[in-house]
Amino acid sequence: MRRLFSRLPLGRNLVLAVPWLWLMLFFLVPFLIVLKISFATTQLAQPPYTPLLEWTEGVFPRLVLHTANYLGLLADSLYAAALFSSLKVAAVSTLLCLLLGYPMAYGMARMDRAWRNALLLLVVLPFWTSFLLRVYAWMGLLRNNGLINNLLQWLHLIDEPLVMLQTNFAMYLGIVYSYLPFMILPLYANLEKHDATLLEAAADLGCRPFRAFLSITLPLSMRGIVAGCMLVFIPAVGEFVIPRLLGGTDSLMIGRVLWDEFFSNRNWPLASAVAVCLLLILVLPILLFQRLQDDTEKHS
Amino acid sequence: MAPYIRIAGVTKKFGDFVAVNDVTLDIQRGEIFCLLGGSGCGKTTLLRMLAGFEMPTAGRIEIDGADMAGVPPYERPVNMMFQSYALFPHMTVEQNVAFGLRQEGLARPEIAQRVKAMLDIVKLGDYARRKPHQLSGGQRQRVALARALVKKPKLLLLDEPLGALDKKLREQTQFELVNIQEQLGVTFVIVTHDQEEAMTLATRIGVMNQGRIVQVGTPREIYEYPGTRFVADFIGNVNLFEGRLLQDEPGHVLIEAPELEAPIFVGHGISSAPGATVWAAIRPEKIHLTREPPPGANNRASGVIKDIAYMGEVSIYLVRLDSGRIVRVSQPNSFRHADDQLVWDQRVWISWHESSAVVLTS
Repeated sequence: MRRLFSRLPLGRNLVLAVPWLWLMLFFLVPFLIVLKISFATTQLAQPPYTPLLEWTEGVFPRLVLHTANYLGLLADSLYAAALFSSLKVAAVSTLLCLLLGYPMAYGMARMDRAWRNALLLLVVLPFWTSFLLRVYAWMGLLRNNGLINNLLQWLHLIDEPLVMLQTNFAMYLGIVYSYLPFMILPLYANLEKHDATLLEAAADLGCRPFRAFLSITLPLSMRGIVAGCMLVFIPAVGEFVIPRLLGGTDSLMIGRVLWDEFFSNRNWPLASAVAVCLLLILVLPILLFQRLQDDTEKHS
Repeated sequence: MAPYIRIAGVTKKFGDFVAVNDVTLDIQRGEIFCLLGGSGCGKTTLLRMLAGFEMPTAGRIEIDGADMAGVPPYERPVNMMFQSYALFPHMTVEQNVAFGLRQEGLARPEIAQRVKAMLDIVKLGDYARRKPHQLSGGQRQRVALARALVKKPKLLLLDEPLGALDKKLREQTQFELVNIQEQLGVTFVIVTHDQEEAMTLATRIGVMNQGRIVQVGTPREIYEYPGTRFVADFIGNVNLFEGRLLQDEPGHVLIEAPELEAPIFVGHGISSAPGATVWAAIRPEKIHLTREPPPGANNRASGVIKDIAYMGEVSIYLVRLDSGRIVRVSQPNSFRHADDQLVWDQRVWISWHESSAVVLTS
C-alpha cells in the first residue's frame, strides 16, 4: 500500500496537498486580507476601511491603492522607535534564553536516558497551563505584596517591598520564562545527537574540555542555536501580552502599537500596514539565512 | 631494556562487572602489540585506560617511565585512532589533521608544513580541502591515522583500525600501516577481534578472555604453541582431542584418545602425571589425507569424507571418523586439475607428524 502510494505521483501530491492547503487557507489568505486592508483608508462604516476596488463608471473596477499608511509609518518616529525597541527587547530576551537554555539543554543531553525523559517532561510541563495564566501567576509573585516581597520581608532581608512589577525586569523575566522551552527543545534535539567520541578524540589530541566545547560542540550545535533563536526572537518581537501585563507603561512595543491602532484608534489600515512591515522585517532575514544554509550544504 | 609501557596489576570494574581483571603486561618501544579477543573481553577497556578515558580501579600504568594515574587524556603522550574514526564533521581533512597541532600552539607555517607532510605519507594530499563525508571509508581511515600520527605520539592506540573496511582494502591497509609504523618508529597498540588482522600486523599478540590476558607471544608462537584450549580454538581452526596421558617421557608423550583408534604420539615431553586428562590440538593444515593406510602405528585414523568446501587456495574436508567424530582437514590445491581428486563419501585415512600436535593441559 505504501509502495503504491509513493509510486503514484497522485498519492504523493495528495499528501503534500494537505499542508499546502492548510498554509494557503490559514496563512496566505489571511495575510492577503491584511495586505489588502493596509492599502485602504479608514472610514466610519462596517468594516471600517475603504474597499480596494471601486465601481464608479464604466465596466472595469478602479483599483484604489492608498500608500498613506506606509508613508505615515515612515513619517511618525513613534513607529520606528517602537519597532526598534521591540527588536531590542526580543534580541536581549533571545540572548538571555540562549545563555540560560544552552547549559540546560547541554546538561539534559548528557544525562542518563531515564533522566533525560523526566527532564524533557519538566521542560514541556508548563505548556499544560495556559500561557496567560502563567503570566498572571508571575504578577502574583512579583507584585509589591506578592509572594517574593512578602518572603523577603519576612526574612528581614528588605524593609520596603522591591518594585518589580511594571518594570523592564519583570518584562524580560516574563519573556525569558515563557520562551525558554522554545530555546531548549531544538538545542536539546541537536545536542542529544552529538557523538561523544568526537569530544574524546579532541581530548586525545590535546584539547582541554572547554576548548573542545568551543571548537567541536558549539559549531556542531549551530543549527540548534539558530533554530532556537528564531523560535524565541520572532514571537518575542510581536509580543504584546507580557509587556502589557508585566512591563512598565512606558515600554513601547510594536505589538502594543498595533493593538492600540487596531482597537483603540480603530485604524485598521494603519494596523495592517504595521503588521505587514513587521512580517517583512522578520521574514526577509529568515529567507536570507535559509538561502545561506542551503548554499553551505550544497558546497559541503 | 626497560619496557616502554608497563601495565601492572590493572583492574577495571564497572559496578559489579569486572571488565579488566588484574592485567600485567610490558610492551617495548617500537612494537606493534595486538590485544586480541572476542567482544566484551576487556580489550577496548584496557586501550581506553591507556588513552586516559578510563581510570583503573586498581593497578598502575606507566608510559615511558611516567605514572599515568590521574593524568587526563589531553596531557598524555598518546594518540588514538578511534574505531568510528571520530573525524570532526565540520572541519576539512586539513583542519582535522591540524587540530592536534593547533592545541600545542605551534606557529602556523609549521602546522601547515607538518600537516602537508603527513597527508603525503597517507597519500591524501589531493583531498586536503574535502570534508569527511566526501571521503570513502578507506580515505577516512587514513585521515584518522594522519590526525593521530601528526602529533608524533610516543604511543599510538588503534581501536579495530580495519574493522570498517572491505576485505581488499583491509589487506592493502594492513601493509600500509606496518610501513608507516616502521617509517615513523611509533609504538602501536592495536585492539582487534580479528585474528587475521592481529597475525599480519602484530609483532606480539596478547590474547584476552574475560578481562584477563591468557597468552602473550609472537603470532607464530600463539598459533603454533597455544597455551590453552581457548587460545588454540580462538586463533585459527583446530581439532581438539581429549585423551588420557599414557606415557610422559622427556622425549615424547603418548596420549590415548577415545575418539581415535590409534594413540597420539607427540615428539616432546610435558611434565604431567600419567593418567591425567589432556587435550591434543592439531591444526587442519597439518593433517594429511590419504587413501592408503599411512605407515606407523600412531597418529592416524580412518573415516569418510562428509563435506568438501572449495576455497580456491585450499580445500576444507570434513572427515567423519569411525568414532563419529568430525575432523577438519585443509589441503592446498597445489594442482589445477588432479585426476584422483577425493570425493564425497570416500573412505580415507588421516595422519599427522609427531611434531604437529600440541598437548594442552588446560
